[in-house]
Amino acid sequence: MIWNHGKAILEAILLASPEPLSVRRIAEVIGLDEKDARILVEDLKKEYSQPGRGLLLQEMAGGYVLTTRPEYGEYVEKLLAPKGKGLSHAALETLAIIAYRQPITKAEMEGVRGVKVDRSVETLLERNLIREVGRRDGPGRPMIYGTTKDFLTYFGLKDLSDLPPLSVDTSDAQLILRNREVSAGSQADQAHENEDEHQAS
Amino acid sequence: MSKHEMPLPRTESYTVRLDVFEGPLDLLLHLIRREEMNIYDIPIAVITEQYLAIIRDLSALDIDRASEFLVMAATLLGIKSRMLLPKPPKAVAEELGLEEGVDPREELVRQLVAYSQYKEAAQELRQREERMAKVFTRQLFLEQPEGPAPLQGLSLNDLVKAFEEVLKEEWTWREVPREEIPLREKIREINFRISRSPHGVRFRDLFSRGGSRLEIVVTFLALLELMRQRRAVVLQEGVFGEIVIRRVLVSETATGDAGDDDET
Repeated sequence: MIWNHGKAILEAILLASPEPLSVRRIAEVIGLDEKDARILVEDLKKEYSQPGRGLLLQEMAGGYVLTTRPEYGEYVEKLLAPKGKGLSHAALETLAIIAYRQPITKAEMEGVRGVKVDRSVETLLERNLIREVGRRDGPGRPMIYGTTKDFLTYFGLKDLSDLPPLSVDTSDAQLILRNREVSAGSQADQAHENEDEHQAS
Repeated sequence: MSKHEMPLPRTESYTVRLDVFEGPLDLLLHLIRREEMNIYDIPIAVITEQYLAIIRDLSALDIDRASEFLVMAATLLGIKSRMLLPKPPKAVAEELGLEEGVDPREELVRQLVAYSQYKEAAQELRQREERMAKVFTRQLFLEQPEGPAPLQGLSLNDLVKAFEEVLKEEWTWREVPREEIPLREKIREINFRISRSPHGVRFRDLFSRGGSRLEIVVTFLALLELMRQRRAVVLQEGVFGEIVIRRVLVSETATGDAGDDDET
């Protein structure tokens, strides 16, 4: 099969596909093995990344997608309405917790955020960034939540492992907590703090 | 520059607006950062005092948010007192379920560290969101469900007013709802009713008398959702005509696709 011919077909099916196109699917449709399909995609991707093009070929949500270039975003916005407002801080924090800890219940989310999450969860459900994935066994059988495919495309992530790693390891062993003697230490603490307060004022 | 980085005057009366914080943990992290405290060795008396000074005026918050800040205040005071008191004798400690040698701040610190990570992760996600805001894909074109405009002959304001009328009527309010009323079920219910009546169902007839106030509200929300999905249309003929809900006919959608029908 002539390589350029394959690239042209790839371009066509990328535009036609309503969903990110996986390598496997590409291989199926064009009639290649997956290894060649991947090389084909990378080749086309390189072409698009040349200057002077208006599109990019990106990997997102488990497949490949044709996207407009960010530098021309304002023109596309002129054509369509601008994209809706971004998420609120609260919704974003809640979403981060869900993304990293899924599947997770509302109570567990509230344990991390220290505040109620009902409104954030409603918003995220509405925007289809999260979904109910089932119920946890046990008292109350609470609903558990996870992220959706739309979540991946919304943030331009390839898959969940593409999430930026958390800054500190949360495993308890890593927490370096100075285990002072509560009685002796606290008195010294208090004296120290009184000193600080006097200096400050 | 985030709003949290604004320098605050260290005077007695703090004029910090509490609603800029996402909650008590957010406020504590702010204090820790501002005072350059070591998160693993928080001077509990100092931070408690500052925290209490800031939350002195909770009047700007609604009751749920205010109570969240108060709970944390109680927690801080509890930790502070445990640190001041001498360690209880072993027997008493065991009875109270206190572990030996556990720093009373440990749980709070764990929570703060965890929260700060997700806060940071949220920031990174925000950056990605902003980057993606300038990028468009074909998938976007399919976002908006196709179908006729959900409101015909009246404005959204008119519909809201009609709903307010329903709320004002003297239903026999059952104040405490018997059970949860899932939105999904109400949606199914309304969809079923409008499917059976090709000429439509009157708006007022959607709401069952003798139901709870919650049920009334959920019913309205279900109607709005059906409108959003372009499966129901709300019509009013003439300024004082009856408001009627009608099902969207398959032929009215551009693709002729009926969408997902509820199993009945």
